Amino acid sequence: MMSEMKTAAYLCSGCGLGDKLDMASLSKVAQKAGKMAIVREHPFLCSEEGVKLIHDEIEKESVTHAVIAACSRRSKTEAFSFPETALSRVNLREGVIWVVAEGHEEIRQEMAEDYVRMGCAEVKKMKLPRGNPESGKEKNILVVGGGLSGLTSALEAAETGYKVVLVEKETRLGGWASKIWKRVPFSSPYNDPQNTGILELISKVSAHKNIEIHVNSAILETSGAPGKFVVRIGKAEGTETEVKIGAIIQATGFSSYDISKLPELGGGLPHVVDQAGLEQLAIKAEGKPIAREDGKPIRSVAFVQCAGQRDESHLPYCSGHCCATSIKQAMYFKDAHPEVDTVIIYTDLRTPGMGEDFYRSAQEKGVIFTKGKVSSVENAGEGCRLKFRDLILDEESTIEADLVVLATGQVPNSGVNIELPEERNQVSVLNLSYRQGKDMPQLKYGFMDSHFICFPYETRRTGIYAAGPVRRPMDMLQATEDATGAALKAIQAVENASLGRAAHPRSGDLSFPTVRLEGCTQCKRCTVECPFGAIDEDEKRFPLFNESRCRRCGTCMGACPVRVISFENYSIDTVGSQIKAVDMPDEFSEKPRILILACENDAYPALDMAGMKNRCYSAFARIIPVRCLGSVNTIWITDALNSGYDGVMMMGCKHGDNYQCHFVKGSELANYRMGKMDDTLKQLGLETERVTTVEVAITDHEKVAAFINDYAETIRIIGMSPMKGFG
Amino acid sequence: MSYRNDFLKEVEENVEEGEWVKMCMQCGVCAGSCPFGPHWEHSPQKIFMMIRAGERIQVLSSDSMWMCTSCYNCIVRCPRKLPITHIMHGLANYAHRLGLAPKGQPTRVFAKTFWDNLVKTGRVNELKLTLSHYFRDGFIQGIRNALAMKDIGLGMMKARRINPMELFGGHGLQDLEGFHAIVAKAREIEDRKKGLKNG
Repeated sequence: MMSEMKTAAYLCSGCGLGDKLDMASLSKVAQKAGKMAIVREHPFLCSEEGVKLIHDEIEKESVTHAVIAACSRRSKTEAFSFPETALSRVNLREGVIWVVAEGHEEIRQEMAEDYVRMGCAEVKKMKLPRGNPESGKEKNILVVGGGLSGLTSALEAAETGYKVVLVEKETRLGGWASKIWKRVPFSSPYNDPQNTGILELISKVSAHKNIEIHVNSAILETSGAPGKFVVRIGKAEGTETEVKIGAIIQATGFSSYDISKLPELGGGLPHVVDQAGLEQLAIKAEGKPIAREDGKPIRSVAFVQCAGQRDESHLPYCSGHCCATSIKQAMYFKDAHPEVDTVIIYTDLRTPGMGEDFYRSAQEKGVIFTKGKVSSVENAGEGCRLKFRDLILDEESTIEADLVVLATGQVPNSGVNIELPEERNQVSVLNLSYRQGKDMPQLKYGFMDSHFICFPYETRRTGIYAAGPVRRPMDMLQATEDATGAALKAIQAVENASLGRAAHPRSGDLSFPTVRLEGCTQCKRCTVECPFGAIDEDEKRFPLFNESRCRRCGTCMGACPVRVISFENYSIDTVGSQIKAVDMPDEFSEKPRILILACENDAYPALDMAGMKNRCYSAFARIIPVRCLGSVNTIWITDALNSGYDGVMMMGCKHGDNYQCHFVKGSELANYRMGKMDDTLKQLGLETERVTTVEVAITDHEKVAAFINDYAETIRIIGMSPMKGFG
Repeated sequence: MSYRNDFLKEVEENVEEGEWVKMCMQCGVCAGSCPFGPHWEHSPQKIFMMIRAGERIQVLSSDSMWMCTSCYNCIVRCPRKLPITHIMHGLANYAHRLGLAPKGQPTRVFAKTFWDNLVKTGRVNELKLTLSHYFRDGFIQGIRNALAMKDIGLGMMKARRINPMELFGGHGLQDLEGFHAIVAKAREIEDRKKGLKNG
């Protein structure tokens, strides 16, 4: 391979680079230290003429590996797109001349020269990614769950031209939406409950030529990967069907919180129902005045909001829809018979979206809203007595009602909690044959883990998308939108998979992980730590990579203690060689070197933006973008310290429950791994401050320079590393 | 407390702008905006909640409505656009008619004095109004009040803002009968509007 490599470096002197940097000296560095076969300077490299120069040379000179020393790798991506060439971008603009304060010409030039050395070192270790050879071409979409979300996903995908297989465990389609009388309005004027529209949706789905429906069925097993899932569907009667699937949408919805767990609120009493129970009474009444189960007409009804919700001993969260649902149900009474007393007792009324209009409409209809906290519901005479504290009048009150409706919450039907698989009464939904467990990873309260801020539709199983209340508590309108979003994500997934490319967030990436099995010690860390469950185990207990499930974050590469995992264009060597390429001044130079490994998703753009805003930071920093902090292998840190770096700073995304890591677990794992770094540092006789981690969000462009400068100051105080000259 | 709609309905039928009470969303902005906030029994927010809770006597005998100075802060700020000031005056009026308004409440006493003074001649006789206000708590207190205010009184007399001769009869409207007919008609219209026979 090496004999075929032809290297070239292109240095741009535009955007002020030529004024601030000694370009001739940079060229010499690329030639001598970088060992580039061709070195060119150009005053305006991203111009048509500049790009043509590179193109022509790639053609004529068969350049296989190119370095472009100009602006950030995030700029001019369209101009500098050479898909047949391994490419390294050296960031002299945002990374050097825009961030080094005036008056530091000497160290600025040193910084630029180091970056050129690093780019040349990196590119020689890169290979051109060829795409996943194991990619599958199946494009059918499996929708699990035939409620409002599932039906919507199925119809949206089918209308786009994709074949859909819809699996529903009950004998009829429709789910909760077919078990309610009317829905909260989706459209103006938001005054009255609307028809659910579920029958029309069911008939559209049933009649669609692209949709194959399996009712009374469950998923027996799901194996494979995006583009090549094999799913066994079992009917209750015992028959079995096997289908080949490209992507999966799990729209298994929710169950109502069990009201028998709320005895203090009357759960279990004859005249206390949950919202679903009230819907049944309303369906029976068909728009006429609603009667109780025992046939008695209802003259007064009390709704108890947040029944077993926002309550640490029941459901700690708000289900979002119940305030509007109670308002709708109170309207059932008022619309049929305005003399019925309807009281909604709430602690905080939450009616997001157009719910505020709906709320106002209910007030106009005479529904009474009382801010209070209900303490007990008991049988009293023909009905119930509620005791509550009126939070406005600040006094204990009682109220009697013929019927009490408890607004209980949504409990997601998410299958087995793979973190606690031994918990009882868990029935798997997907029955994944993945090493990490049968169902999707959960985040909190049993809802599916998804990146809440940036890409809520994504889950931690590539090609499997959660839609509707199984993802987070939601109402019908939100579920409709959610289901549509999930259908589009599923389509993206099958298309990317068929081209051998990564799915979100490295959408379109053709690189994929390879493992040198002869070096593997079967420690299993990669199989355990992969945030996406991409790695199984083969019969000889070696890791079995499912490239199509991989998101290309490199967490496995960061985890591997023997460093046998790599990507063609991102590996232990591509980063390691950059670390070693830096010219290390001696201990007495007073020129420390600080290695910064910056997450390319948030920290690196924040650094670029700091450059755009001319926020200056220390010219002693040497920044290397990484795919995710999860991909940082501790060997890079120990190598850096051994070769004389004075400090190593890692910049990654926020971790924990409110994580912002684009690969969910990457920054958390990095933090965990670096927590063990202190011992290593002590063994090396180094101060623990020499390795540090900071959380940087993409919006932190104002802070990021200060993070570096503060760290440079810390290094100045603790002094230069004693390791220089031994590396 | 009943939390039935009975009293709310009574208010809607009998109180000026009373049909707005059900639209209150209990945000408390009125209570927070009222310059008299700490000085009265119940904030508008509480009054509205008490109406819905059916606390009839407590609402109608509250001094709150009488404390309103009509600054209109609450109306300006109410996110639900309730005409709060008007509702408060409507409630005061209704409570007064029913004889449930707090008896010795000074604002109410003054309002009544003012009205009686005005209706007599069709014009406000400021001297008599002032004196009847001073002497409301008896003769001795009246003399004390008058002495305390004597400098202002004399000053106003010097500046011809008060004419002592007004004490004897005083001037009034030319067509007093016509004025009384107007007042009677207005009362009749209002009573009809509220479905009452007499005020």
